[in-house]
Amino acid sequence: MNELEFLRLRNRRRFLREVGGGIGMLGLSHLLEGEGRAASINPLDPKPPHFPGKAKNVIFMFMEGAPSQMDLYDPKPELQKISGQTLPESLTSQLRLAFIKKDAKVLASPRVFKPYGQCGTEFSDYIPNIASCADDICLVRSMYTEAFNHHPGQLLLFTGSIQLGRPTMGAWTIYGLGSESKNLPGFVVLTSGVGTSGGASNFSSGFLPSHFQGTLLRNAGDPILYLSNPEGVTAETQRSALDAIRDLNQERLTDTGDMEIASRIQNYELAYRMQTSAPDLVDLSKEPAHIREMYGIDDPVTKQYGTNCLLARRMVERGVRFVLMMDASWDQHSNLNKGLKRNCDRTEKPAAALIKDLKQRGLLDSTLVVWGGEFGRTPMVEIRNASDPDNAGRDHHPLAYSMWLAGGGIKGGTVVGKTDDIAFNIVEDKVHVHDLQATMMHCLGFDHTKLTFRHMGRDFRLTDVHGEVVKKMLA
Amino acid sequence: MRGALVLWAAVPAAVILSAQSKPDFAKDVRPILARKCVMCHNEKLAQNGLRLDDGDAALAGSYSGKVILPGDSARSKLAARVSSVKKGFMMPPMGAPLTPAEVATIKAWIDAGAEWPRAAKASTGVEKSKHWSFQPVAKPGLPEVSNAAWARNPIDRFILARLEREKIAPSPEAPRTTLIRRAALDLTGLPPTPEEVSAFLADTRADAYERLVDRLLASPHYGEQRARRWLDQARYADSDGYEKDNVRPYAWRWRNYVIDSYNNDLPFDRFITEQLAGDLLPGARQEQLIATGFHRNSLTNREGGVDRKENRYDQLVNRTNTTGTVFLGLTAGCSQCHDHKYDPIKQKDYYSLMAFLNRSEEADIDAPLPGEAGPMMRARPEYLERRRHLMRVYEVEPLQAEWETHMLGALDHPGRDLEWDFEISNVITMFDRFEAILRTPREKRSERDQERLMYWFMTHTGPARDRDAGHLACIKTDFRRRLTDLDNAQPKVSQGMIMTELANPPDTFIAVKGDYREKGLKVDPAPPAFLPPLAEGAERNRLSLARWLVSKENPLTSRVAVNRLWQEMFGRGLVLTSEDFGTQGGKPSHPELLDWLASEFRDNGWSVKQTLRLILTSATYRQSSNTRKELMETDPENVLLARQSRLRLEAENIRDSALAAGGLLNDQIGGPSARPPQPAGVAELGYAGSVKWANDEGPARYRRGLYTFFQRTTPYPMLMNFDEPDSNVACSRRRRSNSPLQALNLLNDPVFIEAAQAFALRVSREVPPERRLDYAFELALGRGPTARERERMQKFLDQQATAFGKDKEQAKAMLPMEPAAAAWAGAARVLLNLDEFITRE
Repeated sequence: MNELEFLRLRNRRRFLREVGGGIGMLGLSHLLEGEGRAASINPLDPKPPHFPGKAKNVIFMFMEGAPSQMDLYDPKPELQKISGQTLPESLTSQLRLAFIKKDAKVLASPRVFKPYGQCGTEFSDYIPNIASCADDICLVRSMYTEAFNHHPGQLLLFTGSIQLGRPTMGAWTIYGLGSESKNLPGFVVLTSGVGTSGGASNFSSGFLPSHFQGTLLRNAGDPILYLSNPEGVTAETQRSALDAIRDLNQERLTDTGDMEIASRIQNYELAYRMQTSAPDLVDLSKEPAHIREMYGIDDPVTKQYGTNCLLARRMVERGVRFVLMMDASWDQHSNLNKGLKRNCDRTEKPAAALIKDLKQRGLLDSTLVVWGGEFGRTPMVEIRNASDPDNAGRDHHPLAYSMWLAGGGIKGGTVVGKTDDIAFNIVEDKVHVHDLQATMMHCLGFDHTKLTFRHMGRDFRLTDVHGEVVKKMLA
Repeated sequence: MRGALVLWAAVPAAVILSAQSKPDFAKDVRPILARKCVMCHNEKLAQNGLRLDDGDAALAGSYSGKVILPGDSARSKLAARVSSVKKGFMMPPMGAPLTPAEVATIKAWIDAGAEWPRAAKASTGVEKSKHWSFQPVAKPGLPEVSNAAWARNPIDRFILARLEREKIAPSPEAPRTTLIRRAALDLTGLPPTPEEVSAFLADTRADAYERLVDRLLASPHYGEQRARRWLDQARYADSDGYEKDNVRPYAWRWRNYVIDSYNNDLPFDRFITEQLAGDLLPGARQEQLIATGFHRNSLTNREGGVDRKENRYDQLVNRTNTTGTVFLGLTAGCSQCHDHKYDPIKQKDYYSLMAFLNRSEEADIDAPLPGEAGPMMRARPEYLERRRHLMRVYEVEPLQAEWETHMLGALDHPGRDLEWDFEISNVITMFDRFEAILRTPREKRSERDQERLMYWFMTHTGPARDRDAGHLACIKTDFRRRLTDLDNAQPKVSQGMIMTELANPPDTFIAVKGDYREKGLKVDPAPPAFLPPLAEGAERNRLSLARWLVSKENPLTSRVAVNRLWQEMFGRGLVLTSEDFGTQGGKPSHPELLDWLASEFRDNGWSVKQTLRLILTSATYRQSSNTRKELMETDPENVLLARQSRLRLEAENIRDSALAAGGLLNDQIGGPSARPPQPAGVAELGYAGSVKWANDEGPARYRRGLYTFFQRTTPYPMLMNFDEPDSNVACSRRRRSNSPLQALNLLNDPVFIEAAQAFALRVSREVPPERRLDYAFELALGRGPTARERERMQKFLDQQATAFGKDKEQAKAMLPMEPAAAAWAGAARVLLNLDEFITRE
């Protein structure tokens, strides 16, 4: 739908309502109670997708900075054999590197891999809990992208373009599907407390109207910005203030006939409901001990990420459409072994708990879970401090990396794609970031080429002008 | 980028054939081309610059160079493309591919020398587009109307003529309280004070309203309000953008220029000429140099490991797209990778436009404000002496010289020392022109460059060299601290971010498929070929581009500019898509009016003030914005303007209005950006804790919204909640959303609570009790309450008074400065949350 059609449709609906009774005569309580009537004003009301999708919600565990694929998901024993050697120029001639030179030496992975689950997919010893979900996971070992710097890579992953200013996948999702939640935003963002390269551009609505942008659920203070009443305002005086605002706005609505005022009245009521529902959402005290244990809420190492994972589940239960969890930083240019282990210890048990918990509640089938970063890391070593032997790290590598998906229409227990012996190039089933996006949209019930928005004279979409649904990933 | 690797489809049969026979062009080759290629590669479309319907043109090649190398089919792109099966590379891209036999014929023909019998020479003229906006602007006569008495000026004749055609009556004039609030908000972004309202209501002269408009146009706040709209166009921000998002401490210096220009009513043709090419004007003054900061607002990616050439190309793309959108109303960006799908903008046009901008580079200059230069100059000799002394004490020069040698070595021998390599990759992204400066001998460097180098060295002394480790650490700590203290004590001069013309400008090439590494055809600076050409003999530089933009022949610039002014005064342009005047954009609702205004704008010397005066004094503008039932069906979007529109204020003006109502507003014009209170946790979203936000506590805390520091990766939440553009690309038209987060923002943001408290104090102190309710409405809405509103508000005040009477602690918390008036703080909060408060009617 383009903007003109949208405006026309909206105004038409308003007009029909206006002549079919008159808003002033109807009375406001009626307007707010009558879901159908109020619904037509709200751009976030649920809408059907192009075809019935398996996934109703998305949880994206974004591991910012680019996790190392050959140390977690893509075992490469061959690296042991050629460790310390330089790669042939024929292989590296087209490669674009951020920091290291093309003649950097190969760095073997000290990780131990073994098969898990009935499917027998191999995972690294750093992520035993994620590995225990092997039969629910579709591991894609053949992801690739064009970007080799973080911010452009994150833009490509979330908006389908390296250029700034496009809507992100969370925004596209609620633009297409609306939100099931009447009391919470449809697109919520959680962070682990460390900023990312992309910042707010990872959850921006771009050129879509701003009600489609992600709302940050904060780690400290108000869970949603400006949620709690100021000092001196009690629940009682807040309600009486809101009643006064509503009645005075209603006066103006009657005088001017401007339906935008009806939307505003409705939004103040929604804001009021958020004031109670958001604190309820973040109150984990009523979660039973075994659930808290499962997510690692009471362990200082896993507390932060476990809390976010548990919040993600609680949001999905409450109808939040898209949850983006940003965890930084997985950018191990140096101290790879130590840094990667620390990141895994913080996050992998909670991530696995989320999968299992969603599953035991029957929510996994309708929730698409995605885990991954913006690109991968080189098989070659990066050295920033030559005198420290433990300092070794890996540079950015866009040509091949791993991500995984689960639930929501995804075929568990599968591996898609194959890389060469050193995880440098893909040899089977290349999956571009646009293909990932197309597949995610497919799971939600969208033909990714048809979920468009007209802007600057052109129909834009998440996948730009590319992307193909990866059938092998689908259940 | 994708598909750069070519799969060469093997067609063995063809190889045999090509070696044996020599096809006849007319009989064998031309029919294949005609069937499979010429629908896109003809004279008119010439996709990717390639024609296959004319011998000379075909052999000349495409934007990416020659496609036919006679005698060498193996290296000819034509053969490669038609024999490929790879999506995105194969030709034709859709429909039936060439059969193996056809491919073989093409290859054999090329191998045999690609003879193309001379046909009659086809004309090379560019097809003239018939699209309305590309036609010259002509001033139409005024249409006849029956109700001529309604029309106050020519604008009304056009509007009324259309309404009469549709048999719709215009709306009555809005009440005077609405008129003054509307005009004040539109022209200055600030609501009128109760005193201004009563003075206007008391002014019984026939031209009271015209006088009001003139007073508002003369207000220094007029320039601020216009400037903010221009800042949207210019994607203004106070930081670099991207991961590092470094602050730009003097970005505001250009903003000052914009505000001053509007306040002085600098003719719009000069305004845009200075911004595009002020540095090229003969005897350019400082402010004309500052003006070129327009294109310094593009983003800079300083993320570690970034390819600097790519960053420069991305900046050029941003600048080219901005130039297209802002001045021409063209979505030029669509032609970055291929010819425009809908408009006649070829990829070649895009890069020809870019070529103007590719001739310039960024530079920073001293740009003292009045009064700044003298004190700095007087303090300088002593300052330099003390700095030299410090440098001697810490032996900075010899250590820096050694560091320079290491850095040069790393530049010349990458891979020799990984740690120095890392220093290089770090400095290259953070320090523009580093290599050029480093390679300039010490004595030939400008003082500014030498200073920059020393300051870099001071903070990045490089890997510790054993014997100097302790010494270098001293430079990074002690010396740096002492120098910083010394610097902080010095009188400063403001800096300017400008563009300058390169002495040896690089050539510009078409980037094949938008990938800057794939150089295609070389292009010269030129305006799009479907528009009038540059003036005869004009130099191919930005100044000529600017003069071309504002020339009488240019059909777009004046139309695009007046359309935006119209948009700002009615909420919607005569062309809805104010950023796109191309074939996919909206058609003008009143084409004659648009042309009349565009001509008038040029004829009055491009005066924005006069044009706005014309619009604001029209009967059309002065109509009531109330909806009318019959219009809801016939004209729900208010295209025909049988009424004014009711518009939610823009983000900054909502802040301004709250501060103004509370009497808190700091009305200083211009100057550095401010950091009003922002909740903890917002800045922390930035990369690795690099974004710092210390709430301003002094007067800067109360500055207008347009001065709020705009940090691109973590923008100020209140502004974003109310649809401030993200400042990455030019924004010609803001959206107006309506969300629950806006409600929370106005209800609970400490900025608005503070405004409500100040508002309550004004009400309780400035007027006697019986006037308070009226005064509160006047402060917030510029009008007194209706009887029903009075009754409702009184009820609320009574509720509040009862609640606070019972709970003194709450009253104290609500209004610590005067707990007895706490109920008024509650009332103020209600008023500041009314839809009408954030709306101009």
